[in-house]
Amino acid sequence: MRRITRQALGVGALAVVAAACAPNNHQDSLNPQGPYAQKIDTLFTPVFWIAAAIFFIVEGMLVLFAIRYRHRKGRPQTPPQIHGNSRLEIGWTILPALILVGVAIPTVSTIYDLARTPTGNVLNVNVVGHQWWWEFDYPDQQIVTANELHIPVGEPVYVSLCAAGVGYGGVPAPNECQPGPPKGAPPSAVGDDVIHSFWVPELAGKQDVVPGRTNHLVLQADRPGTYTGQCAEFCGLSHAYMRFKVVAQTREDFDAWVRAQQADAVAPPAGSLAATGMNDFLNGQCIACHAIRGLQVNGQPLTANGGPNLTHLMSRSCFRGCTMPITRANLEAWLRDPQAVEAGSWMQLNPKLSQDQIDALVAFLMTLR
Amino acid sequence: MASVSVPGETVRGGLLRRPRSTAGFWSWVTTVDHKRIGILYGATAFFFFLVGGVEALFIRLQLAQPDGKILSPSTYNEFFTMHGLTMIFLVVMPLSAAFFNYLIPLMIGARDVAFPRLNAFSYWLFLFAGLFIYSSFALGGAPNGGWFGYAPLSTVEPGNNMLFYSTGLLMAGIASTVSAVNLAVTIINMRAPGMTMFRMPVFIWMALVVQFLLAFSLPIITVGLFESLFDRRFGTHFFDPAAGGDPVLWQHLFWLFGHPEVYILILPAMGIVSEILPVFARKPLFGYQFVVFSGIAIGFIGFGVWAHHMFATGLGPVANTAFGISTMIIAIPTGVKIFNWLGTIWRGDLRFTTPMLFALGFIAQFVVGGLSGVTHAVVPADYQQTDTYYIVAHFHYVLFAGAIFGLFGGMYYWWPKIFGRMLNERVGKVQFWIMAVGANLTFGPMHILGLEGMPRRIQTYTPALGLGVWNLVVTIGAFTIAVSVLIFIGNAVASFRRPKDAPADPWDARTLEWTVPSPPPPHNFDEIPVVHALDDFWHRKYAETEEGTLVPVPAGGSGDPRSDDAHGSGHGIHLPSPSYYPVIAALGFPLIGYGVIFHWWMAVAGAVVVLAGLYGWAFEPAAE
Repeated sequence: MRRITRQALGVGALAVVAAACAPNNHQDSLNPQGPYAQKIDTLFTPVFWIAAAIFFIVEGMLVLFAIRYRHRKGRPQTPPQIHGNSRLEIGWTILPALILVGVAIPTVSTIYDLARTPTGNVLNVNVVGHQWWWEFDYPDQQIVTANELHIPVGEPVYVSLCAAGVGYGGVPAPNECQPGPPKGAPPSAVGDDVIHSFWVPELAGKQDVVPGRTNHLVLQADRPGTYTGQCAEFCGLSHAYMRFKVVAQTREDFDAWVRAQQADAVAPPAGSLAATGMNDFLNGQCIACHAIRGLQVNGQPLTANGGPNLTHLMSRSCFRGCTMPITRANLEAWLRDPQAVEAGSWMQLNPKLSQDQIDALVAFLMTLR
Repeated sequence: MASVSVPGETVRGGLLRRPRSTAGFWSWVTTVDHKRIGILYGATAFFFFLVGGVEALFIRLQLAQPDGKILSPSTYNEFFTMHGLTMIFLVVMPLSAAFFNYLIPLMIGARDVAFPRLNAFSYWLFLFAGLFIYSSFALGGAPNGGWFGYAPLSTVEPGNNMLFYSTGLLMAGIASTVSAVNLAVTIINMRAPGMTMFRMPVFIWMALVVQFLLAFSLPIITVGLFESLFDRRFGTHFFDPAAGGDPVLWQHLFWLFGHPEVYILILPAMGIVSEILPVFARKPLFGYQFVVFSGIAIGFIGFGVWAHHMFATGLGPVANTAFGISTMIIAIPTGVKIFNWLGTIWRGDLRFTTPMLFALGFIAQFVVGGLSGVTHAVVPADYQQTDTYYIVAHFHYVLFAGAIFGLFGGMYYWWPKIFGRMLNERVGKVQFWIMAVGANLTFGPMHILGLEGMPRRIQTYTPALGLGVWNLVVTIGAFTIAVSVLIFIGNAVASFRRPKDAPADPWDARTLEWTVPSPPPPHNFDEIPVVHALDDFWHRKYAETEEGTLVPVPAGGSGDPRSDDAHGSGHGIHLPSPSYYPVIAALGFPLIGYGVIFHWWMAVAGAVVVLAGLYGWAFEPAAE
């Protein structure tokens, strides 16, 4: 009887799932918000119900037999000695095979459907996985940003996935994503050479980011909104903090965002605290990894080298793999000791920054709108 | 024939005197008796089960609520890696090996395994490999790249952590390979007269399939582990894309081992369940041949499904289609087994003893893992499921709610045979129900967590995802399991306080191990039995009429094993003698391992120890 109770609980649990998805959860594979995620859900749902039916049949037989054929006092302990039944056994070999054929056909067609390169009005995005943040590169729009992927609604987005592409000795590996304008900029020279997996469940299934390979994924959102994603392949100390957002916008809003992102950074007014910060930025350790479009050192534009592009930092809502809001206090904490904020962070500050430098740099960063 | 040991006789030859103790510490260290080695395997595996369980409890405390602060990221990564490594390589595999060692000779009517000293060597090397891996906690950090050790994370992260992984698993692999060959030879060559292949108990069949899976899959991960070790330690570039290597190579090598490994873990439990059900249904296994052939089929197909672990790696639609379909195909022989088990209890006379409850629990819960497994074969669905808690739920239903339940059933079933004492049935039933509730509370909600977006191997999660409630339920379930394990320990300890009064055949069972006293004498059988049928012992006790009705053979009749005069003293039986050399040879391997990681001279010292052990071994006669 307790077995029955357990199963009743199981059914109850399933009902709770269906009803009680957390309202803030935008990372729910059972809640597809675009055609590509929808295709997967459409395939999974009937398979789930077939599995549920088989589950209840098998468990039902088990419970039924357990009750019906339990030993009772006074009954002779000599049940019929049945050694088998070839016809039945062949039957329960063939029947599951037929069910699986029925499952396999839509499975295969969906595999090929999802693998097709989209045509027509397609937005190309290169996604580069870093330990532990996401770089989003729009090659046709000449935009580089991080942790927040903006897309227009109703249009397929063709995502090319690359790891930062550095081998054991910091040697660049083949990398089709070409991170960041200007085209052909050298790839990152720090860490960053492990496998990640790009996953935004409400818009698409996941696809691994593998050093030395370029994988592709298509995603699309039907409605404007924010969808969250997360790295799904274990990638080291701060794997849990490697999250991101997809912001789906109407075409007009998206175009406006693109224009804003294409603009150069504006230098702060001379003599301000922010100008001191910019000076620290350009003459200090920061430019070893970070780029800001529109600023120059010795007449040369800055090139990103393992760190996020900061040109429009304040247009983004989050950093540290999109797990912290960009606020003055959080930026200060980060600049004071990155490893304390993100375990294993590649941002090495040597020497540490003084409080004056931190104040100036934060003032400067907060002008990067 | 020489006797087992004659006190006072001088022993010549070899580096060391032949060990003589028959009781106490040194008798266990030098034993070559398959039964004692089986007990050593079981005790060691159970110890590691507790260690891996404590790691799991820490993981669950950390994840009980969002933004958990119990474990730092680095400790968390060590704990989840070691939990997986421990439970797979140091618990389920050796616990199965414990049953194999103890039962194979008894069930096939042999006096020991084919190579008794190799058997001891396998055990000691397994133990030392386990201790070696765990010594990493004291030597700078435990493995932290996941039990799957994906390159290049496992080859570039600083520290020696993953060197303990590769060298430790290489050692455990040698132990398992040696044991696999030993047990396969035993089953094929040492069956009692009349025990044809198709009169072997299903457990022996599953054991045979497992030995072949081990022998063919372990070499593959050995290659991978050597490459990983060489990349880290000696500057090779097998997995370095910048130098023409490929991280995906590791994934192929690992999973081409890793998927047969899954069947290495589950087939022993399936064999145990196939032994328990007929005994307590008082009916033969339904469709013996079908169950055997489906086990063999699983063994073969198991080598053709590995890339279903890699559907999101980017192998392309052709490979994903092929491996999706092969994965669906392997569900068919698995389903056959479940239906045959149902056929076994159908129209039976079911007695719900503790072993029977665990066997039925195995079926009920394995079905869940089997069905969720089929949903992974639906490749696009797996694009969502892979690397989430849905997968964690799936393989824990197979490996905990399945394999561990089957192994617990086996412990309750064979405990009286092994220790001569019954476990308390009432306590056992309480343990079963608490464990079943705990297992389903722990692993059931994980399906939901995964589908709602919780990836695996994350040290924490944000409250915004709304996953806190189910995670709390999972943690409560994990502690419920812990309570059930404590109850088992209490039951086991209490059994040793009682007199050794278990009868030879407490369950009215069917196979040969129940014909000898509990516990069996060192030589197992006074006379090697002659086998006339499948379930030979049962047919000695019961005749079957034309209509399939059971008729007991009268007590004291010819061939009745219940009469005591069948059991002699065992004098004059030729048994292999104990030896120091297996443990010495095994002791050199961890030294080599430390040498690879720290200083080369330790490796040289280890190699000398191994060679000395092998030298002494080679010149020592197997028996005096």
